[in-house]
Amino acid sequence: MSNTFKIVLVLVGLALVVPFVPGLIYPVFVMKVMCYGLFACAFNLLLGFTGLVSFAHAAFLGSAGYVTGALMIRFGNHPLGMPAAFAAGVAAAALVGLAIGGLAIRRRGIYFAMITLALSQIVYFLAVQFRWTGGEDGLQGIPRGSLFGLDLSSDTVMYYVTLALFAAGFLFVDRVVHSPFGQILQAVRDNEARATSLGYDTDRFKRLAFVISAAVAGYAGAMKALVFQLVSLNDVSLHTSTEVVLMTLLGGVGTIFGPLLGAGLVVGLQNYLATIGDLVTVVIGLIFIVCVSFFRRGIVGEFLHLRRRRAERHKRRPVRNATRDPAPAAEAA
Amino acid sequence: MRSRFIGYVLGASLASAPFLGPFPALAAEPVSDGVVKIGILNDLSGIYSDFTGRGSAVAAQIAIDEMGGKVLGAPVELIAADHQNKPDIAANLAREWFDQGKVDMIADFPTSSTALAVMEIAKQKNRVTMLSAGVAMAAINEKCSPLNAQWMVNTYALAAGTAKALLKTGRKTWYFVTADYTFGHSLEKDASAMVEAEGGKVLGVSRHPFPGGDFSSFMLKAQGSGAQVIALANAGSDTINAVKQAAEYGIGRSDKQVIAPLLTYITDVKSLGLAKAQDMYLTEAFYWDYDDRSRAFAEKYFAKMKRMPSASQAAVYSAALSYLKAIEAAGTDEAGAVMAKLRGMTIDDAVIRNGRLRADGALVHDMLLLQVKKPAESKRDWDFYNVRAVLKGDDVFPKPSDSCPLNAKG
Amino acid sequence: MDITLQAFMAQLTIGLIGGCFYALLSMGLAIIFGLLNIINFTHGAQFMMAAFLAWIGLTQIGPWLGYPDFQINFWVALVLAPLCVALFGMVIERTLLRRLYHLDHLYGLLLTFGVALVMEGAFRYAFGVSGQGYEPPEILQGPVDVGFMLLPKYRVFVVAASLLICFFTWYLFERTKLGAYLRAGTENPRLLQAFGINVPVMITLTYGFGVALAGIAGVLAAPIMQVTPLMGGNLLNIVFAVVVIGGLGSILGAMMTGLALGLIEGLTKVVYPEASTVVVFVIMALALLVRPAGLFGREA
Repeated sequence: MSNTFKIVLVLVGLALVVPFVPGLIYPVFVMKVMCYGLFACAFNLLLGFTGLVSFAHAAFLGSAGYVTGALMIRFGNHPLGMPAAFAAGVAAAALVGLAIGGLAIRRRGIYFAMITLALSQIVYFLAVQFRWTGGEDGLQGIPRGSLFGLDLSSDTVMYYVTLALFAAGFLFVDRVVHSPFGQILQAVRDNEARATSLGYDTDRFKRLAFVISAAVAGYAGAMKALVFQLVSLNDVSLHTSTEVVLMTLLGGVGTIFGPLLGAGLVVGLQNYLATIGDLVTVVIGLIFIVCVSFFRRGIVGEFLHLRRRRAERHKRRPVRNATRDPAPAAEAA
Repeated sequence: MRSRFIGYVLGASLASAPFLGPFPALAAEPVSDGVVKIGILNDLSGIYSDFTGRGSAVAAQIAIDEMGGKVLGAPVELIAADHQNKPDIAANLAREWFDQGKVDMIADFPTSSTALAVMEIAKQKNRVTMLSAGVAMAAINEKCSPLNAQWMVNTYALAAGTAKALLKTGRKTWYFVTADYTFGHSLEKDASAMVEAEGGKVLGVSRHPFPGGDFSSFMLKAQGSGAQVIALANAGSDTINAVKQAAEYGIGRSDKQVIAPLLTYITDVKSLGLAKAQDMYLTEAFYWDYDDRSRAFAEKYFAKMKRMPSASQAAVYSAALSYLKAIEAAGTDEAGAVMAKLRGMTIDDAVIRNGRLRADGALVHDMLLLQVKKPAESKRDWDFYNVRAVLKGDDVFPKPSDSCPLNAKG
Repeated sequence: MDITLQAFMAQLTIGLIGGCFYALLSMGLAIIFGLLNIINFTHGAQFMMAAFLAWIGLTQIGPWLGYPDFQINFWVALVLAPLCVALFGMVIERTLLRRLYHLDHLYGLLLTFGVALVMEGAFRYAFGVSGQGYEPPEILQGPVDVGFMLLPKYRVFVVAASLLICFFTWYLFERTKLGAYLRAGTENPRLLQAFGINVPVMITLTYGFGVALAGIAGVLAAPIMQVTPLMGGNLLNIVFAVVVIGGLGSILGAMMTGLALGLIEGLTKVVYPEASTVVVFVIMALALLVRPAGLFGREA
């Protein structure tokens, strides 16, 4: 049993009891963290493990949400409505990912990022224009339907279903990272020329990674649509795309659990800052600046880094110089 | 309420949720949880923060103070938060407030997506929403809720007020510059219907992306159409920029062609300045300098905020005041009973006049047709409007729509 | 669609005015990217800040200082505000950006994004969001007849001034010795240092120059757009697309693409106004399909 799996088990165990301990954590909040946590993991799959920066991830989150939501509104009563709508949402996100990734992959580095940004603006435009997305009203009152006969309209049932969906999605991402495919992605990230010279068609791998990441983001988006029963333009906005960058950065780029922690912190912060008002943007901006300037490994990354340094000192080996290399090594347990 | 969630968990084996509450005895009290709590959800940090924002909470506090801070012997509390214009944050906060925060009513909502999201949750949780800033028609049409009141105005009434008044002056040919999203479309649709019903003609429409930066292109097209009225079916910075750039090109400066913004807040006029905004006709639900009662409220507000209240902020005051009065009359803060009382009352306060709340949640009340003063006429800061007419609620608010199931019951 | 030639020309002219802003802003971005390898997300906020400084100079500073009649007029602001913004930018460059040069582009981008958020938030907190009006100087008020339309004098001035500045910048970077140093600095900073040029100072000044261009655009925009904290952020997305189409780092490309896109946007406003923003992104996608390096890009 891998370390990751153990930690996931512990987290799921903790999450299982949340609804039973009143006043501990608000369960809907936990569901929100799970949605955004998975979203950040999807983003991290690209940034942390493939070295690609995408500013289009909201487009995947949102398009899956819209498709799932719109289908549920029409076919929510059907016993197979929920799984079908969910799958359709994920498929939609993967398709949008294929379109955006396929185009953006033609350029590298910062160009790649700018292209994803611009293309996600087109998705936003379409979401405003289409009738079935509800324009700026968005989709509200999306029915949750039922899964295997379980009525999801109860918050508690939804909570456990979300938890199961989340655990499955999270372990899937972990599986991808540690698969031979994931190893190739990391080779591409560290040195694309070398990977090419080893005979890998790097563009194909990058495209596939992009599509998988988009699909997982869509998975989170479909979950979110069902949990909150709403989808809005905010879900496809650039703002959401930058938020996921912040989550990943704060938690630790290229770590397995970092994005999850980052998502928890950012979502919590939004809730907390909501009541102090006025200066939300300033605070978020300051966090960006501090993270980038002093704290590039993120919380989990910093923790893993310290632990490894201590382990090395313990072995009485000379301490290696901390790398100045920004690309955080794959520090997944 | 905190226990409701656990209640569901254990619900299968135990009795129904309310009995699991930590204070079961309170169920018999007139006021749930021993406190009446009003929530204000709006934009504190973004593009709608000037006409809602912190001012809305201040206005609500004035209403609470006027009620002596108590209703039915229970204290009245206020909580305010920034939904950052994101419906999922709004929904999350609303759920938490309802489930754990003892909140009984939430007001404001400057964006339609947040308003509709929270209305849905409030309906599930049996609590009240009052849209003092939300103007979407969906809130009283297909998305209507028995526990919701649209406590200021909707796009139809805004369009009707200005359109009817201008049509009456013989201005029959119109051109629309419309923000390309539901809100703009809705304003445009309602206003054009009125224009055509009165024998007028819509000469053209330019739909611009939101937010739009340079409007000179659209305004020139509108000017070129020769229409007597250039109606702006947009809001906020779009309206401001359109008016400003029209002034730059000398558009709308003659009696032959006027500019009519369909949704304008006093904060927009303040931002434009009278020199640019002068002579424009517009419709608002409230103007602080209307009469002694409105001035009395406005001065209280001014003392705290150092600015005059926008119609939205004033509407929060009226919503909170009426809500508390309805609780007093109902003898309980149970949402259904309070709404029933609200529907039975005639609303008449410093802000809302001759108001009556319909089944679908529309508050039908008098509106003001205003014209922006010339700089020379203005005697002090915020002295911006001449009141040209008081529009009767029945003339400007839409007929109950069949798309709202609540109207079908008769 | 019945459109007279006159109306058509008028719309083209308006498009050109928009294009001037795109050109100024994207040139600044291109210069900063070309020499510092940083995508300057603060560009929009710096544009906004200059517009605000101009407004503060005209309407606020007198009362603040206790001399209500004192004001900094448009012409002084046109020089002073970009300088202040550039200075502010250079401080950021020295204290924060400098630490990131050896890292991936992403970090520079994120840092400038954070700075932009802080600036926007702070201005919003101080001045609200509805925005402030700024009157053009008296000599530029009123329209001028250009044959096919009445054009506000101020807009004519904007076009002339922007084209002049664009040309000057292009000349400076592509045709002078200083420009050659700058370009050499991106290729091989160590070698340039060995020739006795202080490369870090040069980089700081270059950043300042790029930011100053945004500042000039900001002051020029103040009388046209309402001065609000969000005025820059809204524009920035389009300007990014412009830079990508032109080829990141290509000064000439940024200028030409900026002007061209202004015109295209202007035409779209006539034919299909709903799409006038998104057309830029569609063109970007098409351009990338045909020429992945951007229309003027050097890098393959």
